[in-house]
Amino acid sequence: MNYGPLLFLAAFFALAGSWFGFVLTPQAQIGQLQPTNMLGAPTLYPQARPGLARQGLDVYRANGCADCHSQQVRQSATVCDVLLLAAGTNAPAVLSALHQLKPGLSEADARQWFSALPQPVLQGAKPTEADDAVKLLKGAGAKASVLIVPVGSDIARGWGKRRTVARDFLYDYPVALGSQRIGPDLANVSVRQPDAAWHLRHLYAPQIEVKGSAMPPYRFLFEKRNNEIVPKPEAVALVAYLLSLRADAPLFEAPLAAAPAAAAPGATNAPPEADLAATNAPAPSGAAPTNAPAK
Amino acid sequence: MNLRASSEPAAAASSGCDMPTSEIDASCRLPLLALLMGAAAWLVVASGFALISSIKFHSPGFLAGPAWLTYGRVHPAASSAFLYGFCLQSGMGVSLWLLARLGRTTLSQGWLVTMGAVLWNLGVTVGFWGILAGDRTGFEALDMPGYATPMVFLGSVLVGIQGALTFHQRREQRLYVSQWFLFAALFWFPWIYSTAQLLLVTFPVRGVMQSVIAWWYADNLRVVWLWLAGLGAVFYFVPKLARRQLQNRNLALSAFWAILLFGSWGGIPNSAPVPAWMPALSTVGTLLTTVALLAVGLSVWKTAGREGLARALQSDPPETPRQEEGKPVDSIEGLALRFVLFGVVSFLVAGFMRVLVSFPPVSNITDLTWFGPAMEHVNAYGFFAMAIFGAAYGIVPRLMGGEIPWPRLARAHFWLASVGVVLLAAPLAIAGVLQGLKLRNPDIAFLDVVKTTLPCLRVSTMGDLLMALGHVAFLANLAGLAVRFCRARAVSAFSALTLDLFKPAGAKP
Repeated sequence: MNYGPLLFLAAFFALAGSWFGFVLTPQAQIGQLQPTNMLGAPTLYPQARPGLARQGLDVYRANGCADCHSQQVRQSATVCDVLLLAAGTNAPAVLSALHQLKPGLSEADARQWFSALPQPVLQGAKPTEADDAVKLLKGAGAKASVLIVPVGSDIARGWGKRRTVARDFLYDYPVALGSQRIGPDLANVSVRQPDAAWHLRHLYAPQIEVKGSAMPPYRFLFEKRNNEIVPKPEAVALVAYLLSLRADAPLFEAPLAAAPAAAAPGATNAPPEADLAATNAPAPSGAAPTNAPAK
Repeated sequence: MNLRASSEPAAAASSGCDMPTSEIDASCRLPLLALLMGAAAWLVVASGFALISSIKFHSPGFLAGPAWLTYGRVHPAASSAFLYGFCLQSGMGVSLWLLARLGRTTLSQGWLVTMGAVLWNLGVTVGFWGILAGDRTGFEALDMPGYATPMVFLGSVLVGIQGALTFHQRREQRLYVSQWFLFAALFWFPWIYSTAQLLLVTFPVRGVMQSVIAWWYADNLRVVWLWLAGLGAVFYFVPKLARRQLQNRNLALSAFWAILLFGSWGGIPNSAPVPAWMPALSTVGTLLTTVALLAVGLSVWKTAGREGLARALQSDPPETPRQEEGKPVDSIEGLALRFVLFGVVSFLVAGFMRVLVSFPPVSNITDLTWFGPAMEHVNAYGFFAMAIFGAAYGIVPRLMGGEIPWPRLARAHFWLASVGVVLLAAPLAIAGVLQGLKLRNPDIAFLDVVKTTLPCLRVSTMGDLLMALGHVAFLANLAGLAVRFCRARAVSAFSALTLDLFKPAGAKP
């Protein structure tokens, strides 16, 4: 029997299956992603990088920065914080509820809280605990909110506030996710180091800025002019790109707690108990959001 | 109808219609020489550049001056030269020879294959310089710039079509296991390469979709293609060189099906910023390739048997006496078998490493560390390259009708390559685990994490150096064989041409 056709069909359908699964289906799902509004702010995210930063991505690609630097913040879990937003009118009931939730809290301290709301009632709690706490406080006539806080070693290192999601790279070509961390993660490097001059010095001689760094110098991005070392346009563009790296906007798929101080209690609705994912942050109306996309 | 199919590779000619093997070899000679010599040359180039990029990790200032020698260009240039210049090219060459031999037919239109090889090498050369000039695409395993693609693709199509035609024209209708693997590999590459090129370079998709397709491509190339082509050679050469029959053919075929069906579903890292079903599916697919690993291990173990192992371990090329006149390649067979069996062991190691890191608790540690490159090295160098070395030492002497010129060098090649791979991959794997564990502890400063990996990186540079030396030995042997063959041909052609000149004088050569 001639197995040739069978062999051809086997290879064809096996590869077609994989192609359907990992090329066509993902394209249908995330290939058509659109910018969306950030949670709690009427701002579209992501914004396209400015032109100079886009040229910088080209320098980043050509010199293989992504070979040593990832742009993926990972998170191991999310925990919940419970914020007391408004004490309501029934102070004794709220106090007893607070006492139940925070046995260590003295009554005087609690009363002081009422004048400086919002205050954190629970931190690092599981979703169910947070839910119960909110119910308890609402039962006492107070307003409370659950904040979702991403945690993980990358976040603890200060590499980002939340995990990286597909939407962060909507306008990048090529997407420089990176596959190794020979150097630190750069997903939010502009937050850590917003100083362009620092970046230029670091590119020219990394060991000056970071003792013991394993990064090679990129002197070919600079030139000597009248005894001065001046960055070439490539270096300027690369730094502009690095300064545009910021992926910490709170999104539906990666909720994030806004800074508690930003909340204006009067404008905040007590969140519904059921949908935790949607209830992450009180609307920071008026207050400048900390997570503005790069302009 | 014969469901058994043949269980021995290229059994001795039994019927009248069979073609003498010398004729088959003659039809393969020029095309295969072009492919294998090109591959060996690229291998040397790749290992030289890999050595440079490896040194840069512990001495960042090393060759940091000119832009084209920066790590981010040298490294992709080395890996592209290795992957496209060596792996794919040598894999195609060995596949063609096996398809011709197993089908007992001459290679279809060898000159077109030679053309394909020339185009392929031109394309890889353009791509290689393109990367050094700063035109890399930025997608791992697909780094050669778009303008090199047409040549590479056309070259692969020319070679692939002739492979398919050779398969089609086979005189032996029954299929041997290797043919399943090799035919699928022939078919695989143009599809994945064209998909990746079109969707990543020509009409790029949006956002993270690029990474998804790049992962899909890299997995299909570096896992599925290398496994298919490499195992095709393994299942031919292990029985052939061990002088035994393939045991349990169905086991080998189940490996084929497992690779085909599950192997191509891997490659998406668990940490990837994509919807969770993709890494989950990828984990399941990778996990199921265990079937292939077990089947290959068992099948090769049974086929090689004690005799095969003894043959691989004992025979030292220089001392082994020729067993038969007219079969001058005997002395190298034990060494070739040793290469192939080393490849099979590495295949199992790489395969199980891959399964291991597909589990999220493990990948949380090993993702984005040195463990990934370690795994790639075990798979590409330890398995594929070693299997191809064995195959080349088995094939080229037959093609050229002569012995390996420097058997001692070939033996040294084995030791350099095998010790080199271990010294390259083992420290990187250890470094990866250490790095991953320390990265998970936010109290350890990042620079300290980098420092822990440095000793391991130094050792792996030693591995790179040994392997580079081994590759030079490989190239020297192949080139020596080719030069000897050409010189013999040239001498005989010259004497044939000049015969008339001397005849009147009565001189007889």
